[in-house]
Amino acid sequence: MDIEVIKRYLPLFSKAFLLTVKIGWLGIALAFVLGILCAFTLYYKLPVLSTIVRFYVELFRNTPLLVQLFFIYYGLPSIGIRISAQLCGTLGLGLLGGSYMAESIRSGLEAVPAIQSESAKSLGMTKWQAFRYIIAPQAFNISVPGLMANVIFLLKETSVFSAISLMDLMFTAKDLIGLHYNTTESLFLLVLFYVLMLLPVSFAGSLIEKKVRFGMYGD
Amino acid sequence: MEEILKVEHLHKSFENLTVLEDVSLTVNKGEVVVIVGPSGCGKSTFLRCINGLEDIQDGRVILDGQTINPPLQKGDNYRQRIGMVFQSYELFPHKTILGNIMLAPIKVQKRDKNEVRAEAEQLLEKVGLSSKKDNYPRQLSGGQKQRVAIVRALIMHPEILLFDEVTAALDPEMVREVLDVILELAKQQRTMLIVTHEMAFARAIADRIVFMDGGSIIEVSEPERFFTEPRTERAKRFLKTFEY
Repeated sequence: MDIEVIKRYLPLFSKAFLLTVKIGWLGIALAFVLGILCAFTLYYKLPVLSTIVRFYVELFRNTPLLVQLFFIYYGLPSIGIRISAQLCGTLGLGLLGGSYMAESIRSGLEAVPAIQSESAKSLGMTKWQAFRYIIAPQAFNISVPGLMANVIFLLKETSVFSAISLMDLMFTAKDLIGLHYNTTESLFLLVLFYVLMLLPVSFAGSLIEKKVRFGMYGD
Repeated sequence: MEEILKVEHLHKSFENLTVLEDVSLTVNKGEVVVIVGPSGCGKSTFLRCINGLEDIQDGRVILDGQTINPPLQKGDNYRQRIGMVFQSYELFPHKTILGNIMLAPIKVQKRDKNEVRAEAEQLLEKVGLSSKKDNYPRQLSGGQKQRVAIVRALIMHPEILLFDEVTAALDPEMVREVLDVILELAKQQRTMLIVTHEMAFARAIADRIVFMDGGSIIEVSEPERFFTEPRTERAKRFLKTFEY
Protein backbone atom coordinates (compact mmCIF):
# COMPACT_ATOMS: atom_id res chain seq x y z
CA MET A 1 0.00 0.00 0.00
CA ASP A 2 1.38 3.36 -1.06
CA ILE A 3 0.92 6.11 1.52
CA GLU A 4 1.47 8.77 -1.14
CA VAL A 5 -1.47 7.44 -3.15
CA ILE A 6 -3.63 7.50 -0.03
CA LYS A 7 -2.64 11.10 0.65
CA ARG A 8 -3.45 12.03 -2.93
CA TYR A 9 -6.84 10.28 -2.82
CA LEU A 10 -7.84 11.62 0.58
CA PRO A 11 -9.45 14.90 -0.63
CA LEU A 12 -11.50 13.03 -3.23
CA PHE A 13 -12.71 10.52 -0.67
CA SER A 14 -13.43 13.28 1.85
CA LYS A 15 -15.64 15.00 -0.67
CA ALA A 16 -17.42 11.77 -1.51
CA PHE A 17 -17.76 11.04 2.20
CA LEU A 18 -19.51 14.36 2.84
CA LEU A 19 -21.88 13.77 -0.05
CA THR A 20 -22.68 10.23 1.12
CA VAL A 21 -23.25 11.40 4.70
CA LYS A 22 -25.43 14.28 3.52
CA ILE A 23 -27.68 12.17 1.33
CA GLY A 24 -27.66 9.34 3.86
CA TRP A 25 -28.91 11.52 6.70
CA LEU A 26 -31.36 13.47 4.56
CA GLY A 27 -32.80 10.13 3.47
CA ILE A 28 -32.96 8.94 7.08
CA ALA A 29 -34.72 12.14 8.15
CA LEU A 30 -37.27 11.60 5.39
CA ALA A 31 -37.57 7.96 6.47
CA PHE A 32 -38.42 9.02 10.03
CA VAL A 33 -41.07 11.50 8.91
CA LEU A 34 -42.64 8.96 6.53
CA GLY A 35 -42.31 6.17 9.08
CA ILE A 36 -44.06 8.13 11.82
CA LEU A 37 -46.91 9.17 9.53
CA CYS A 38 -47.37 5.65 8.19
CA ALA A 39 -47.13 4.07 11.64
CA PHE A 40 -49.90 6.38 12.94
CA THR A 41 -52.04 5.54 9.94
CA LEU A 42 -51.65 1.83 10.62
CA TYR A 43 -51.96 2.13 14.42
CA TYR A 44 -55.18 4.13 14.25
CA LYS A 45 -56.40 2.01 11.31
CA LEU A 46 -57.40 5.03 9.26
CA PRO A 47 -59.72 3.88 6.48
CA VAL A 48 -58.41 3.86 2.88
CA LEU A 49 -55.10 5.43 3.96
CA SER A 50 -54.00 2.36 5.86
CA THR A 51 -54.59 0.19 2.80
CA ILE A 52 -52.40 2.52 0.76
CA VAL A 53 -49.75 2.54 3.47
CA ARG A 54 -49.83 -1.26 3.72
CA PHE A 55 -49.27 -1.49 -0.04
CA TYR A 56 -46.40 1.02 0.09
CA VAL A 57 -44.71 -0.73 3.01
CA GLU A 58 -44.90 -4.16 1.39
CA LEU A 59 -43.73 -2.84 -1.97
CA PHE A 60 -40.67 -1.06 -0.61
CA ARG A 61 -39.70 -3.68 1.94
CA ASN A 62 -39.78 -6.38 -0.69
CA THR A 63 -37.78 -4.74 -3.47
CA PRO A 64 -34.05 -3.90 -3.41
CA LEU A 65 -32.99 -0.25 -3.12
CA LEU A 66 -31.05 -0.56 -6.36
CA VAL A 67 -34.24 -1.45 -8.24
CA GLN A 68 -36.11 1.39 -6.55
CA LEU A 69 -33.38 3.86 -7.48
CA PHE A 70 -33.37 2.68 -11.11
CA PHE A 71 -37.11 3.08 -11.19
CA ILE A 72 -36.99 6.63 -9.80
CA TYR A 73 -33.92 7.75 -11.74
CA TYR A 74 -34.50 6.13 -15.13
CA GLY A 75 -38.22 5.36 -14.96
CA LEU A 76 -39.73 8.65 -13.85
CA PRO A 77 -38.19 10.76 -16.68
CA SER A 78 -40.15 8.61 -19.16
CA ILE A 79 -43.36 10.05 -17.68
CA GLY A 80 -41.88 13.53 -17.70
CA ILE A 81 -40.56 13.77 -14.13
CA ARG A 82 -36.85 14.52 -14.12
CA ILE A 83 -34.99 14.81 -10.83
CA SER A 84 -31.32 15.17 -9.91
CA ALA A 85 -29.26 12.18 -8.82
CA GLN A 86 -28.95 13.64 -5.31
CA LEU A 87 -32.68 14.11 -4.89
CA CYS A 88 -33.21 10.65 -6.35
CA GLY A 89 -30.82 9.14 -3.79
CA THR A 90 -32.49 10.98 -0.91
CA LEU A 91 -35.95 10.02 -2.11
CA GLY A 92 -35.03 6.38 -2.70
CA LEU A 93 -33.41 5.98 0.70
CA GLY A 94 -36.26 7.88 2.38
CA LEU A 95 -38.93 5.72 0.78
CA LEU A 96 -37.13 2.48 1.56
CA GLY A 97 -36.36 3.66 5.10
CA GLY A 98 -39.91 4.91 5.63
CA SER A 99 -41.29 1.44 5.08
CA TYR A 100 -38.91 -0.07 7.64
CA MET A 101 -39.39 2.74 10.18
CA ALA A 102 -43.17 2.46 9.84
CA GLU A 103 -43.08 -1.19 10.90
CA SER A 104 -40.67 -0.56 13.79
CA ILE A 105 -42.73 2.33 15.15
CA ARG A 106 -46.06 0.57 14.64
CA SER A 107 -44.89 -2.54 16.48
CA GLY A 108 -43.65 -0.30 19.31
CA LEU A 109 -47.04 1.42 19.56
CA GLU A 110 -48.88 -1.88 19.48
CA ALA A 111 -46.66 -3.35 22.17
CA VAL A 112 -47.95 -0.83 24.74
CA PRO A 113 -50.98 -2.46 26.40
CA ALA A 114 -54.30 -0.68 25.88
CA ILE A 115 -54.89 -0.60 29.62
CA GLN A 116 -51.96 1.84 29.98
CA SER A 117 -54.00 4.31 28.00
CA GLU A 118 -57.03 3.60 30.23
CA SER A 119 -54.91 4.09 33.28
CA ALA A 120 -53.87 7.51 31.95
CA LYS A 121 -57.46 8.42 31.08
CA SER A 122 -58.67 7.37 34.52
CA LEU A 123 -56.35 10.06 35.88
CA GLY A 124 -58.19 12.62 33.78
CA MET A 125 -55.73 12.79 30.90
CA THR A 126 -57.13 13.58 27.48
CA LYS A 127 -56.55 11.19 24.60
CA TRP A 128 -53.71 13.41 23.40
CA GLN A 129 -52.10 13.66 26.86
CA ALA A 130 -52.30 9.88 27.26
CA PHE A 131 -50.55 9.50 23.93
CA ARG A 132 -47.98 12.22 24.54
CA TYR A 133 -46.96 11.26 28.08
CA ILE A 134 -47.74 7.56 28.33
CA ILE A 135 -48.04 5.72 25.01
CA ALA A 136 -45.48 7.50 22.82
CA PRO A 137 -42.55 7.39 25.28
CA GLN A 138 -43.11 3.69 25.99
CA ALA A 139 -43.50 2.88 22.30
CA PHE A 140 -40.29 4.78 21.60
CA ASN A 141 -38.41 2.87 24.29
CA ILE A 142 -39.61 -0.39 22.78
CA SER A 143 -38.76 0.70 19.21
CA VAL A 144 -35.31 2.16 19.82
CA PRO A 145 -33.24 -0.95 19.04
CA GLY A 146 -35.19 -1.48 15.80
CA LEU A 147 -34.91 2.18 14.82
CA MET A 148 -31.16 2.21 15.42
CA ALA A 149 -30.74 -0.96 13.37
CA ASN A 150 -32.68 0.72 10.56
CA VAL A 151 -30.46 3.81 10.67
CA ILE A 152 -27.33 1.70 10.35
CA PHE A 153 -28.88 -0.43 7.62
CA LEU A 154 -29.86 2.69 5.66
CA LEU A 155 -26.42 4.27 5.98
CA LYS A 156 -24.92 1.09 4.57
CA GLU A 157 -27.43 1.07 1.72
CA THR A 158 -25.93 4.37 0.51
CA SER A 159 -23.29 2.22 -1.20
CA VAL A 160 -25.67 1.57 -4.10
CA PHE A 161 -25.94 5.28 -4.95
CA SER A 162 -23.01 4.89 -7.38
CA ALA A 163 -25.40 3.07 -9.69
CA ILE A 164 -27.18 6.35 -10.45
CA SER A 165 -23.85 8.17 -11.00
CA LEU A 166 -23.78 9.90 -7.62
CA MET A 167 -20.17 10.72 -6.75
CA ASP A 168 -20.39 8.89 -3.44
CA LEU A 169 -17.74 6.77 -1.70
CA MET A 170 -18.42 3.67 -3.78
CA PHE A 171 -18.40 5.60 -7.04
CA THR A 172 -15.14 7.34 -6.14
CA ALA A 173 -13.46 4.05 -5.24
CA LYS A 174 -14.61 2.33 -8.42
CA ASP A 175 -13.65 5.34 -10.48
CA LEU A 176 -10.14 5.57 -9.04
CA ILE A 177 -9.57 1.85 -9.39
CA GLY A 178 -10.60 2.12 -13.02
CA LEU A 179 -8.33 5.07 -13.64
CA HIS A 180 -5.15 4.08 -11.84
CA TYR A 181 -5.50 0.43 -10.77
CA ASN A 182 -4.65 1.44 -7.18
CA THR A 183 -7.06 -1.16 -5.93
CA THR A 184 -5.61 -1.70 -2.45
CA GLU A 185 -5.45 1.98 -1.55
CA SER A 186 -8.90 2.73 -2.95
CA LEU A 187 -10.58 -0.17 -1.17
CA PHE A 188 -8.74 0.65 2.04
CA LEU A 189 -10.07 4.20 1.95
CA LEU A 190 -13.55 2.98 1.05
CA VAL A 191 -13.66 0.68 4.09
CA LEU A 192 -12.09 3.33 6.31
CA PHE A 193 -14.64 5.98 5.44
CA TYR A 194 -17.60 3.63 5.85
CA VAL A 195 -16.33 2.61 9.27
CA LEU A 196 -15.84 6.29 10.07
CA MET A 197 -19.41 6.96 9.06
CA LEU A 198 -20.99 4.08 11.00
CA LEU A 199 -18.94 3.58 14.12
CA PRO A 200 -20.04 6.85 15.80
CA VAL A 201 -23.66 6.05 14.94
CA SER A 202 -23.29 2.63 16.48
CA PHE A 203 -21.85 4.09 19.67
CA ALA A 204 -24.43 6.84 19.85
CA GLY A 205 -27.13 4.21 19.32
CA SER A 206 -25.94 2.13 22.27
CA LEU A 207 -25.81 5.23 24.44
CA ILE A 208 -29.32 6.34 23.52
CA GLU A 209 -30.60 2.83 24.03
CA LYS A 210 -29.06 2.59 27.45
CA LYS A 211 -30.34 5.98 28.51
CA VAL A 212 -33.94 5.84 27.32
CA ARG A 213 -34.50 2.19 28.16
CA PHE A 214 -33.14 2.27 31.70
CA GLY A 215 -36.48 3.06 33.32
CA MET A 216 -38.38 0.26 31.70
CA TYR A 217 -35.75 -2.42 31.32
CA GLY A 218 -32.83 -1.64 33.65
CA ASP A 219 -29.24 -2.15 32.54
CA MET B 1 -76.89 11.70 53.79
CA GLU B 2 -75.42 13.32 50.74
CA GLU B 3 -75.47 11.35 47.52
CA ILE B 4 -72.23 11.45 45.63
CA LEU B 5 -72.70 8.79 42.96
CA LYS B 6 -75.92 7.63 41.45
CA VAL B 7 -76.26 4.97 38.79
CA GLU B 8 -79.68 4.66 37.19
CA HIS B 9 -80.87 1.70 35.13
CA LEU B 10 -77.50 1.10 33.58
CA HIS B 11 -77.45 -1.22 30.63
CA LYS B 12 -74.22 -2.39 29.02
CA SER B 13 -73.74 -4.87 26.22
CA PHE B 14 -70.91 -5.90 23.95
CA GLU B 15 -72.59 -6.42 20.59
CA ASN B 16 -75.20 -9.08 21.37
CA LEU B 17 -73.88 -10.02 24.77
CA THR B 18 -75.60 -8.23 27.64
CA VAL B 19 -73.13 -7.67 30.47
CA LEU B 20 -75.10 -5.36 32.75
CA GLU B 21 -78.86 -5.19 32.88
CA ASP B 22 -80.81 -2.46 34.64
CA VAL B 23 -78.23 -1.82 37.35
CA SER B 24 -79.05 0.98 39.79
CA LEU B 25 -76.98 1.98 42.79
CA THR B 26 -76.51 5.04 44.97
CA VAL B 27 -73.36 5.72 46.95
CA ASN B 28 -73.39 8.31 49.72
CA LYS B 29 -70.56 10.56 50.71
CA GLY B 30 -68.12 8.82 53.03
CA GLU B 31 -69.64 5.44 52.37
CA VAL B 32 -67.74 2.25 51.56
CA VAL B 33 -69.67 0.00 49.21
CA VAL B 34 -68.21 -3.39 48.39
CA ILE B 35 -69.32 -5.32 45.33
CA VAL B 36 -68.94 -9.09 45.41
CA GLY B 37 -70.04 -11.78 43.04
CA PRO B 38 -68.83 -14.66 40.91
CA SER B 39 -66.32 -14.11 38.08
CA GLY B 40 -67.89 -12.73 34.96
CA CYS B 41 -70.87 -11.27 36.81
CA GLY B 42 -70.11 -7.80 35.44
CA LYS B 43 -68.69 -6.11 38.53
CA SER B 44 -65.47 -4.92 36.87
CA THR B 45 -67.40 -3.72 33.82
CA PHE B 46 -69.70 -1.85 36.19
CA LEU B 47 -66.74 0.09 37.62
CA ARG B 48 -65.45 0.80 34.12
CA CYS B 49 -68.84 2.18 33.10
CA ILE B 50 -68.82 4.52 36.08
CA ASN B 51 -65.68 6.33 35.00
CA GLY B 52 -66.53 6.14 31.32
CA LEU B 53 -63.91 3.63 30.21
CA GLU B 54 -66.89 1.80 28.69
CA ASP B 55 -69.74 3.45 26.87
CA ILE B 56 -73.19 2.41 28.01
CA GLN B 57 -76.25 1.48 26.01
CA ASP B 58 -78.87 2.79 28.40
CA GLY B 59 -79.19 4.48 31.77
CA ARG B 60 -77.13 7.18 33.43
CA VAL B 61 -74.19 7.65 35.75
CA ILE B 62 -74.48 10.80 37.85
CA LEU B 63 -71.58 12.19 39.85
CA ASP B 64 -72.44 14.89 42.35
CA GLY B 65 -75.60 15.85 40.43
CA GLN B 66 -73.95 15.89 37.02
CA THR B 67 -74.50 13.22 34.38
CA ILE B 68 -71.10 11.87 33.34
CA ASN B 69 -71.96 8.75 31.37
CA PRO B 70 -73.22 9.09 28.71
CA PRO B 71 -71.05 12.24 28.71
CA LEU B 72 -73.12 15.37 28.12
CA GLN B 73 -70.29 17.45 26.74
CA LYS B 74 -67.35 16.12 24.81
CA GLY B 75 -64.07 16.72 26.55
CA ASP B 76 -65.65 17.20 29.94
CA ASN B 77 -62.93 16.17 32.31
CA TYR B 78 -64.89 14.39 35.02
CA ARG B 79 -62.51 11.43 35.25
CA GLN B 80 -60.05 13.34 37.38
CA ARG B 81 -62.81 13.47 40.02
CA ILE B 82 -62.99 9.67 40.12
CA GLY B 83 -59.95 7.73 41.29
CA MET B 84 -59.44 4.27 39.86
CA VAL B 85 -57.07 1.54 40.98
CA PHE B 86 -56.62 -1.43 38.65
CA GLN B 87 -56.00 -5.09 39.37
CA SER B 88 -52.72 -5.02 37.47
CA TYR B 89 -51.56 -1.67 39.02
CA GLU B 90 -50.94 -0.06 35.62
CA LEU B 91 -48.14 2.17 36.81
CA PHE B 92 -46.29 3.87 33.97
CA PRO B 93 -43.12 1.76 33.56
CA HIS B 94 -41.07 4.54 31.96
CA LYS B 95 -41.54 6.92 34.90
CA THR B 96 -40.16 6.85 38.42
CA ILE B 97 -42.51 6.42 41.37
CA LEU B 98 -42.59 10.19 41.95
CA GLY B 99 -43.00 10.72 38.20
CA ASN B 100 -45.99 8.37 38.18
CA ILE B 101 -47.65 10.21 41.03
CA MET B 102 -46.88 13.77 39.92
CA LEU B 103 -47.72 13.54 36.22
CA ALA B 104 -51.51 13.92 36.32
CA PRO B 105 -51.76 16.65 38.99
CA ILE B 106 -49.26 18.75 37.04
CA LYS B 107 -50.49 18.08 33.51
CA VAL B 108 -54.22 17.62 34.10
CA GLN B 109 -54.90 19.85 37.09
CA LYS B 110 -52.11 22.33 36.26
CA ARG B 111 -51.03 22.41 39.88
CA ASP B 112 -47.75 23.83 41.10
CA LYS B 113 -44.90 21.34 40.82
CA ASN B 114 -43.44 22.00 44.28
CA GLU B 115 -46.79 21.74 45.96
CA VAL B 116 -47.51 18.46 44.15
CA ARG B 117 -44.10 17.07 45.05
CA ALA B 118 -44.60 17.90 48.71
CA GLU B 119 -47.97 16.17 48.75
CA ALA B 120 -46.63 13.18 46.81
CA GLU B 121 -43.81 12.72 49.31
CA GLN B 122 -46.20 13.05 52.20
CA LEU B 123 -48.56 10.43 50.76
CA LEU B 124 -45.69 8.06 49.99
CA GLU B 125 -44.53 8.44 53.57
CA LYS B 126 -47.99 7.44 54.78
CA VAL B 127 -47.93 4.20 52.80
CA GLY B 128 -44.35 3.52 53.86
CA LEU B 129 -42.70 3.96 50.48
CA SER B 130 -40.66 7.14 50.86
CA SER B 131 -37.45 5.31 50.11
CA LYS B 132 -38.80 4.15 46.73
CA LYS B 133 -39.66 7.54 45.28
CA ASP B 134 -36.82 7.58 42.75
CA ASN B 135 -37.15 3.93 41.80
CA TYR B 136 -38.92 2.61 38.72
CA PRO B 137 -42.02 0.41 38.97
CA ARG B 138 -40.10 -2.68 37.83
CA GLN B 139 -37.99 -2.40 41.00
CA LEU B 140 -41.01 -2.69 43.30
CA SER B 141 -42.97 -5.68 44.53
CA GLY B 142 -46.62 -6.11 43.55
CA GLY B 143 -47.86 -4.87 46.91
CA GLN B 144 -45.62 -1.82 46.74
CA LYS B 145 -46.77 -1.06 43.20
CA GLN B 146 -50.39 -1.25 44.23
CA ARG B 147 -49.78 1.14 47.14
CA VAL B 148 -48.17 3.57 44.69
CA ALA B 149 -51.19 3.21 42.39
CA ILE B 150 -53.44 4.13 45.32
CA VAL B 151 -51.31 7.19 46.09
CA ARG B 152 -51.40 8.16 42.41
CA ALA B 153 -55.21 8.12 42.54
CA LEU B 154 -55.37 9.94 45.90
CA ILE B 155 -53.22 12.89 44.88
CA MET B 156 -55.93 13.93 42.40
CA HIS B 157 -58.28 14.49 45.40
CA PRO B 158 -61.05 12.40 43.84
CA GLU B 159 -64.59 12.52 45.15
CA ILE B 160 -64.86 8.76 44.94
CA LEU B 161 -62.34 5.94 44.64
CA LEU B 162 -62.97 2.81 42.58
CA PHE B 163 -60.99 -0.32 43.40
CA ASP B 164 -61.09 -3.09 40.82
CA GLU B 165 -59.93 -6.34 42.46
CA VAL B 166 -56.78 -4.61 43.59
CA THR B 167 -55.38 -7.60 45.46
CA ALA B 168 -56.24 -10.29 42.91
CA ALA B 169 -52.82 -10.21 41.25
CA LEU B 170 -50.85 -10.15 44.51
CA ASP B 171 -49.00 -12.87 46.37
CA PRO B 172 -50.92 -13.75 49.55
CA GLU B 173 -48.39 -12.15 51.88
CA MET B 174 -48.71 -8.82 50.05
CA VAL B 175 -52.48 -8.65 50.16
CA ARG B 176 -52.51 -7.39 53.72
CA GLU B 177 -50.27 -4.35 53.16
CA VAL B 178 -52.60 -3.13 50.42
CA LEU B 179 -55.80 -3.84 52.34
CA ASP B 180 -54.40 -1.99 55.36
CA VAL B 181 -53.96 1.11 53.22
CA ILE B 182 -57.57 0.89 52.01
CA LEU B 183 -58.78 0.33 55.57
CA GLU B 184 -56.92 3.47 56.60
CA LEU B 185 -58.72 5.39 53.84
CA ALA B 186 -62.07 4.13 55.11
CA LYS B 187 -61.24 5.55 58.53
CA GLN B 188 -60.69 8.93 56.86
CA GLN B 189 -64.28 8.81 55.59
CA ARG B 190 -63.32 8.42 51.95
CA THR B 191 -66.07 7.42 49.58
CA MET B 192 -65.12 4.10 48.01
CA LEU B 193 -66.60 1.54 45.67
CA ILE B 194 -64.64 -1.68 45.98
CA VAL B 195 -64.79 -4.84 43.90
CA THR B 196 -63.06 -7.68 45.72
CA HIS B 197 -62.86 -11.40 46.29
CA GLU B 198 -61.46 -10.95 49.80
CA MET B 199 -64.56 -11.80 51.81
CA ALA B 200 -63.07 -11.17 55.24
CA PHE B 201 -61.90 -7.77 54.08
CA ALA B 202 -65.29 -6.99 52.54
CA ARG B 203 -66.98 -7.83 55.81
CA ALA B 204 -64.59 -5.66 57.80
CA ILE B 205 -64.62 -2.57 55.62
CA ALA B 206 -68.06 -2.37 53.97
CA ASP B 207 -70.93 -0.18 55.00
CA ARG B 208 -72.99 -2.03 52.44
CA ILE B 209 -72.41 -5.16 50.41
CA VAL B 210 -73.70 -5.34 46.86
CA PHE B 211 -74.01 -8.85 45.51
CA MET B 212 -74.03 -9.12 41.73
CA ASP B 213 -74.68 -12.13 39.52
CA GLY B 214 -75.38 -12.46 35.83
CA GLY B 215 -75.10 -8.74 35.15
CA SER B 216 -77.62 -7.62 37.77
CA ILE B 217 -77.62 -6.58 41.39
CA ILE B 218 -79.21 -9.46 43.28
CA GLU B 219 -78.92 -8.28 46.82
CA VAL B 220 -77.83 -5.22 48.81
CA SER B 221 -77.26 -5.80 52.51
CA GLU B 222 -75.46 -4.76 55.64
CA PRO B 223 -72.23 -6.80 55.76
CA GLU B 224 -73.07 -8.75 58.92
CA ARG B 225 -76.42 -9.71 57.54
CA PHE B 226 -75.06 -10.62 54.12
CA PHE B 227 -72.42 -12.96 55.48
CA THR B 228 -74.55 -14.58 58.17
CA GLU B 229 -78.00 -14.78 56.64
CA PRO B 230 -78.06 -13.79 52.96
CA ARG B 231 -81.57 -13.25 51.65
CA THR B 232 -81.23 -14.87 48.24
CA GLU B 233 -80.45 -18.41 47.20
CA ARG B 234 -77.79 -17.21 44.75
CA ALA B 235 -75.94 -15.31 47.45
CA LYS B 236 -76.05 -18.39 49.70
CA ARG B 237 -74.63 -20.51 46.90
CA PHE B 238 -71.93 -17.93 46.19
CA LEU B 239 -70.86 -17.70 49.84
CA LYS B 240 -70.72 -21.49 50.10
CA THR B 241 -67.93 -21.57 47.51
CA PHE B 242 -65.70 -19.80 50.03
CA GLU B 243 -66.17 -22.47 52.71
CA TYR B 244 -64.03 -25.54 53.06
